[in-house]
Amino acid sequence: MELLIGQMFAGLSLGSVLLLAALGLSLTFGQMGVINMAHGEFMMAGAYTAFVVQRSISDAGVSLLVSIPVGFLVGGLLGLVLEAVLLRRMYHRPLDTLLVTFGVALILQQAARDIFGAPSVDVRAPAWLQGNIELLGAPIPLTRLFILLLSLVCLAGLVLILRATPLGRRIRAVVLNRDLAETSGISTRRTDQLTFFIGSGLAGVAGVAVTLIGSTGPYLGTNYIVDAFLVVVAGGVGQIKGAVIAAFALGVLQSVFEFSTTASIGKVLILVLIVVFLQLRPQGIFSLKTRSLA
Amino acid sequence: MRVSVTKRALIPLAAAAMATVLAGCGSQISDPASANSTASSGSSCVDTSGSSVKVGFINSLSGTMAISENTVFDSLSLAAEEINAAGGVMGKQLQVVSEDGASEPTKFAERAGKLIQQDCTAAVFGGWTSSSRKAMLPVFEANDALLFYPVQYEGLEASKNIFYTGATTNQQIIPALDYLAEQGTKSIFLVGSDYVFPRTANKIIQAYAKAHGMEVLGEEYAPLGSTEFSTIVNKVRDSKADAVFNTLNGDSNVAFFRQYKSVGLTAESMPVVSVSIAEEEVPGVGLENVEGQLTAWDYYQTLDTPANQKFVAAFKAKFGAERVTSDPMEAAYTSLYLWKAMVEKAGSFEVDKVQAAAGGVTFEAPEGTVTVDGENNHITKTPRIGKINSEGLIDTVWSSPKAVEPDPFLASYPWAKDLAK
Repeated sequence: MELLIGQMFAGLSLGSVLLLAALGLSLTFGQMGVINMAHGEFMMAGAYTAFVVQRSISDAGVSLLVSIPVGFLVGGLLGLVLEAVLLRRMYHRPLDTLLVTFGVALILQQAARDIFGAPSVDVRAPAWLQGNIELLGAPIPLTRLFILLLSLVCLAGLVLILRATPLGRRIRAVVLNRDLAETSGISTRRTDQLTFFIGSGLAGVAGVAVTLIGSTGPYLGTNYIVDAFLVVVAGGVGQIKGAVIAAFALGVLQSVFEFSTTASIGKVLILVLIVVFLQLRPQGIFSLKTRSLA
Repeated sequence: MRVSVTKRALIPLAAAAMATVLAGCGSQISDPASANSTASSGSSCVDTSGSSVKVGFINSLSGTMAISENTVFDSLSLAAEEINAAGGVMGKQLQVVSEDGASEPTKFAERAGKLIQQDCTAAVFGGWTSSSRKAMLPVFEANDALLFYPVQYEGLEASKNIFYTGATTNQQIIPALDYLAEQGTKSIFLVGSDYVFPRTANKIIQAYAKAHGMEVLGEEYAPLGSTEFSTIVNKVRDSKADAVFNTLNGDSNVAFFRQYKSVGLTAESMPVVSVSIAEEEVPGVGLENVEGQLTAWDYYQTLDTPANQKFVAAFKAKFGAERVTSDPMEAAYTSLYLWKAMVEKAGSFEVDKVQAAAGGVTFEAPEGTVTVDGENNHITKTPRIGKINSEGLIDTVWSSPKAVEPDPFLASYPWAKDLAK
C-alpha cells in the first residue's frame, strides 16, 4: 500500500516535470509551428539563473521564489532574441527552424560551459523543501510536491492567458488563420513575439524547478528535450489539454513500467507505446481544427 | 566516471579480445614475442642520446570526460615538473608531449600510435575510461610500447604493455564489501548506471554476496545521464536493505542522492557506498546531499602521510588552494615516479629492459608504499573506506591493515572462479 502510493505519486510527479518542460514547447511548436531544439537550453538558462540568484541571495527559500519570475524573464528574453534574430525569417519552414535552433542549442551549451565551467554547479534546495510528508505511510518528497504545484500554477496561468485575455484571443486567432487575423487588424508580428516570450519563459521556469531534482550543468536541457517533444506530439500539436493528458499519462506509465521492469526497459516500453499510438492516431490525442489552408 | 562502450570502440575491443585469446591461458600476460611476432618490435625510435627524453601524456582534454581527465593531466604535469627539478630520469630531463584523446576511444588509439611512432616517446601515461584503454591496448602491444593507466577499473585484464596503477576490483570493491560485512550488513541493494563498469562490478558483488551469505535485495540500472530516480529510490526504500552499493556515473549521482534524501533515507538509516564519487565530485553533488555517506578508494586528500602532505601542498601551490586531489590523480602522479624507478633499476629506457626490471619496484606514494607486481603489471594498493565530512573532504574510517596484492582475475577467490571466464 505504502509502495503503491509512493509509486502513484512518483508517476504524477514525473508527469508534472514533463508537463512543465512541455508546456512552453506546446505553445511555440504547437501554436507557431517552430521546432525549437533550444527549448532545453532555455531550461538550462533558467537553471543557471537559479544558481546565480542563489549566489546573491544566500537564503535558499527566498532565492528560489525570486528565481521563478527571474527565470521566466531570462528564458523569455532568450526566446525573444532567438525569434527576432533568426526564427521570424523562417515561419512556415519548420525543418529549417529545427536545424537553426539545434545550432543555437549547441552554442548555448558551450556558452554555459565557458561561463560556469564544465562540472555541475550546486543549487541548494530551501530547508522547507527538504524532507517529506507522510501520506498513509508513504513519504511524499516536498520538492516533488512543490514542482507539481508549480506546474499546475503555470498551467492555470497559461490557460487563463489564452482564454481570458485579448492577447490570448489574438494568439488563438493567429493560430487558426494567420492571414485572416492579419487582415482583421491583429499585429501577427507582435503576437508571435509575445507567444514566443511566454513559451520560452515557461522553459525558464521549468529550468528553475528541475534544479530541485537533479544536477545543474551544461547538458541539463538535453535530458528533457526529447521527452518534452514526445509529450507535445502525443498530446496533439497545439493542444494544451492534450499536453496535460499526455504528460501525466506518460509519467504514470513510465513509473509503472519502470517499477515492474527496469529503468532502461521502462523507457523502451514508453517509446514503443508512443510509436504504436501515433500509428493509430497520428494527430495525437487531440487534433487542431484550423481553417488555414497551409 | 566511465563512459559506455560505443560502437566505434567495438572494433579495437574485438581486437583486444582476440589478442587475449591468442595469448592463451598459461600466462596472465600476453607475450608479444609470440602473439605479435609479425609486429616490428625492437624498431623503437626513442632517442636517448641528448640531455632529454620524451614521454607522452594522453588525456581527454576536451569532450565529456574532460572534467575528470584534466585533473589527471594536472597531476601528471606536477610529477614531471618535480622529477625534472630533481634532476630528471637517469640525468635526462623529461620532455612532455601531450595529446588530446577527446573522450573518444578511436581518437585515443590513433593519438597513442602517434605518440609511439612519430614522437618516439619512451612511455605514455593516461587514459580513463575502460573503452579508451581497450582501444589503446592493441596499439601498445603491436608497437611493444608502454602505457601507464591510472584509474580504478573492472579488472579481468593484464597486458605486458600496460601498467595498471589504479585499483583493480580486489583493491576497491571487495574490500568495500568486506567492510560492509564487518559492520554487520546482511543485505544490500545495487544501483548503477547502465554500462560496462557497473554491470561487471555488480556481477562480482553478486558472486561475493552468494558466497558470504549476504542478500542482494535488488539490482537496478539507470540510463546514463538519467535524472529520474523516484522509482529506483522507492524500490530501494521498500527493500529495507542494510546498505546501498552505488556504481552510478557522473551527474546521475546528483539526482540520485537528492531524491534519496528527499524520501527520508540517510547515511544513518541506509548508508550508500560509492565507488566513483571522489573529492572533486562532492561540490557538484551538493555536500548536504552526501555528507556522511561512504566511499571506497585507495587514496583520500586527508591521508596523513608525509608523502601525501608534500603532494597536496605541491599540487595546491601549482594549481590553486581551492583545488582538491583525488584517487585517480594520485595514481597518475605515482605512475610517473614508478616508471622513473623502473628505468633507473633497468639502467635503460628500452621497453623490454624496463618490463624485466618492473617486478618489485616500489615507490613511497601519497597513498603509502606501492610495489609493482611483475606477474600482472598491477601494483599493491591499500584499500580505504572513507566518509564524506562536513568540509566536502573524505575521512578514512577503515583502512586495510596492509597493502593488498593485485588480483585482477580474482584467482585467489574461490567464489569468483566463474567470473574470469
